[in-house]
Amino acid sequence: MADRTLRGQAAIVGVADAASPTGELELTGRALEVTMIAEALADAGLTIADVDGLCYAGFGGMATLGLAEYLGISPRWTDGTNVGGSSYEVHVEHAAAAIAAGLCDVVVGVYASTPRSDRKRSSGGGGGGRRPMPFGPDPRMEFEMPYGLMMPMGAYALSASRHMHSFGTTSEQLAQIAVSTREWAAMNPSARYQDPITIDDVLSSPMQASPLHLLDCCLVTDGAGAFVMTSAERARDLAKPPVHVLGAATCHDHSGIMAMPDLTTTAGAISGPNAFAMAGIKAGDVDLLMGYDSFTITALLHLEDLGFCDKGEGGAFVEDGRTGPGGSLPMNTNGGGLSYTHPGMYGMFLLVEATRQLRGECGPRQVEGAEIAVAHGSGGVLSAMATVVLGTEATL
Amino acid sequence: MAHDTPTPTRFEPPVSDDTAPFWEATRDKQLVLQWCTSCQKAIFYPRAACPGCLGDTIEWRPATGFGRVHAVSVQHKPANPFMADKVPYAVALVDLDEGVRLMTNIVGCEPDDVAVDMAVRVTWEPLTDGRHLPLFEPSALAD
Ligand SMILES: [Zn+2]
Repeated sequence: MADRTLRGQAAIVGVADAASPTGELELTGRALEVTMIAEALADAGLTIADVDGLCYAGFGGMATLGLAEYLGISPRWTDGTNVGGSSYEVHVEHAAAAIAAGLCDVVVGVYASTPRSDRKRSSGGGGGGRRPMPFGPDPRMEFEMPYGLMMPMGAYALSASRHMHSFGTTSEQLAQIAVSTREWAAMNPSARYQDPITIDDVLSSPMQASPLHLLDCCLVTDGAGAFVMTSAERARDLAKPPVHVLGAATCHDHSGIMAMPDLTTTAGAISGPNAFAMAGIKAGDVDLLMGYDSFTITALLHLEDLGFCDKGEGGAFVEDGRTGPGGSLPMNTNGGGLSYTHPGMYGMFLLVEATRQLRGECGPRQVEGAEIAVAHGSGGVLSAMATVVLGTEATL
Repeated sequence: MAHDTPTPTRFEPPVSDDTAPFWEATRDKQLVLQWCTSCQKAIFYPRAACPGCLGDTIEWRPATGFGRVHAVSVQHKPANPFMADKVPYAVALVDLDEGVRLMTNIVGCEPDDVAVDMAVRVTWEPLTDGRHLPLFEPSALAD
């Protein structure tokens, strides 16, 4: 299979993101998407006229058509995959394959969502608060909804419950993930929360769905981002150092949490090793893990499933602050979904931060000498995993 | 205004073609499961083909109604308006003796007393249309 690898074929050449300590952004909708695309293209030293490939995880049918029309482009390659928050890692995998196959030259992917601002706008007028329940042969409607599991955190809580039972993982260990992530957020002026927290702060925050406390849960903020990709060859002539796609892989195994095959092991146990194998790396080679942290348990499962530690040992692995500043495995250096931003589908921000770290652009939170970064997305309720291994020119 | 229509106290599950026999059986407080006659395995949730072999030689059989808690989360905020007067309540995944997993509420004990591996058995809550919703309660019998 070595001749079928995507290793070193394509590179991320431009990124942009937007978030704010207020949790709100000025722009919304298409205006925000266009701004992100323009910034990412400028970052790359390209223009919209160069774009011939489009990735977009919009909701509803034919979402990519509306975006392309709005942008005034005619992409000859398009991908509307939406598997939730990991969609953007899937897009990178697909785009790398399309570029490698010569289907397109310059791909742009974008995401924008402003739930915080939207809530404010809609609550002002009164009425119309409750969304109608869709009716249909949806197993979640029939066999989950009646029982009142708070979503999505309840699904993650069930996973955490099982992990604690099987492996003795503690609330303190989960809390340490939030604490370490906040230490990174303190060095990101765009992060929603920058003040330090303690394990006790996490444990004394309100219980949302046991065993998860409020500070085990990601934020709800506005946020947006975009990436630009092109061939490894063309990437070398652009404005910024290329960030090469060394490996990429996807796997999903359920939709509703009721059907998750093993509550303590995600499909990342497949996508992770596959992506690492394509990249020719081991967990010990990774300088930075951007691991989707919708909840503390999410990040902990990634550590195990990607092989940074054995299954069941994630709690002990994070205990000494190993994933925080100064630790041996810097994780979620932008402050993550727990402290930086989380507009609903967080995967875009993993890619943006990983790219900036590999370019050495991250100021006080820069991971010294970072050569290999992993962006590992999670979509649905621990359902859809996608792993992207990124590296500097030196890693090719 | 419809007369003598009971007010729902739950989000009442819709019924689909695949699942109609399941919900019909609940009118008599019967828990039934699909079985694939090729794989000899129980199937949940109900569907038109076996998720193991895609075979359609599927039959409905009564379930014992016994199982064990696989995972549990106590909800401190109601996930929908129907649950507002029930907080805190325990939502669990239960592994039935037949080898399938379903979501449910554990009733008949304090929510915080629900533990992983606890033995439970089915109990029923009436819905407004004559169906019943399967819930589970601690069961000494299953131990
Ligand atoms: Zn079968």
